[in-house]
Amino acid sequence: MNFILDEYLPLAIFIIVALVISCLFILANFLVARRNPDPEKSDAFESGFPQFGDSRMKFDIRFYLVTLLFIIFDLEVTFLFPWAITFGNLGLLGFFSMMFFLGVLTIGFIYEWKKGALEWQ
Amino acid sequence: MIALISENLFHLFFIVGLCLLIFVPLLLGVVIVLFADRKIWAAVQKRKGPNVVGPFGLFQIPADGLKFLFKEIIIPDGADKTIYFVAPILTSTLAIAAWAVIPIQENIVLSDINVGVLYIFAMSSLGIYGILMAGWASNSKYPFLGALRSAAQMVSYEVSIGFVIVTVLMCVGSLNLSEIVYAQKNIWFFIPLFPMFVVFFISALAETNRPPFDLPEAESELVAGYQTEYSAMPFLLFFLGEYINILLMCAMMTIMFFGGWYPPIDVAPFNLIPGFIWFLVKMMVIFYMISMVKAFVPRYRYDQLMRLGWKVFLPLSLLAVVVTSSVLFFFNLAPVFS
Repeated sequence: MNFILDEYLPLAIFIIVALVISCLFILANFLVARRNPDPEKSDAFESGFPQFGDSRMKFDIRFYLVTLLFIIFDLEVTFLFPWAITFGNLGLLGFFSMMFFLGVLTIGFIYEWKKGALEWQ
Repeated sequence: MIALISENLFHLFFIVGLCLLIFVPLLLGVVIVLFADRKIWAAVQKRKGPNVVGPFGLFQIPADGLKFLFKEIIIPDGADKTIYFVAPILTSTLAIAAWAVIPIQENIVLSDINVGVLYIFAMSSLGIYGILMAGWASNSKYPFLGALRSAAQMVSYEVSIGFVIVTVLMCVGSLNLSEIVYAQKNIWFFIPLFPMFVVFFISALAETNRPPFDLPEAESELVAGYQTEYSAMPFLLFFLGEYINILLMCAMMTIMFFGGWYPPIDVAPFNLIPGFIWFLVKMMVIFYMISMVKAFVPRYRYDQLMRLGWKVFLPLSLLAVVVTSSVLFFFNLAPVFS
């Protein structure tokens, strides 16, 4: 318990300090700078035209696909972390189970590649 | 009771003081790095760069920062006002917060946690939220597209960064950043893991939206990307966050591949210099390389960028994990715990 307090309390305080400093930056700006909004100024930027249509429009499905792929591979990386630091102790079984796991993922990856999920036109 | 509270309060203030001791040099580092960036870029193009404000133009960057303070904060009418302000605060908070675990020298680190690498990995992943929130909250087309691109790009390269980190961890056997440096006492990892260093370097450029991968803010296509609707301090916070992240990547490369605070040769004139100076020198050398890339390399097209990330770096780093682990395992080099 003491150990956790010694190492993680400064970390928590540091995050709070960083947050406070960031907020202070913006607060100082609000206090110092003069604000004088008008409709033209606070209109959304659109190449000098008045805005047309909704900005939160439909977007390419590929972005969604990339995010899905990311979740798979990032989970895989996170899964590899504990294995990577202990695999010297795990022996033959530990080593080959992970190789098998990576092999399965590689098959999935090849499938995605062949299906064209990684293509951008 | 009062004694206990006052003692704890003192302890608290002590820690806050330490936090500021990290933050102030960090801000100074950003100023220096920004100045160096502009000077190097200018020198490559045979310009002089900033040279008017102060000696050698040294006060240019603080002057720019001060200018942001006096600028008007423009809030777009259609913006989601809360998220609009949360986004820059989140970005800079996360960028700063990651520095809590960076060991500048032996035992000189704010919190020497055992999951340091995981913490940094988490913090840099969360950085995507700031950008997505900025793009969504602005309610304007360019920021929206810029945020989408940026998120997809950061996400893609994060995977290969993760695999590179795994190869380093396999050589170390710990997630603690100080342990990673200790493991390089005899040989810096960039020698055996040189291809991994190259992958990490290029991925770090993409992860921090540096040229040649600065597509989210490719001004000829997207004006300023997700930052388009921002002005004054919120804009500065994005900028600050970006440069702090670049410095963080330099520090990560120093720790993982260039032996942290260790001198290049462990003999008399070199090992007398304190470790943190070596650390800073290495960081500066890496930043110089990053800066030169910005000056030399033309911008990638978006499909090229995604192809590089998913079809080159991902298989390459996955292969590297298999190769590294096999070599370590079959030659009995893997670190073993007793």
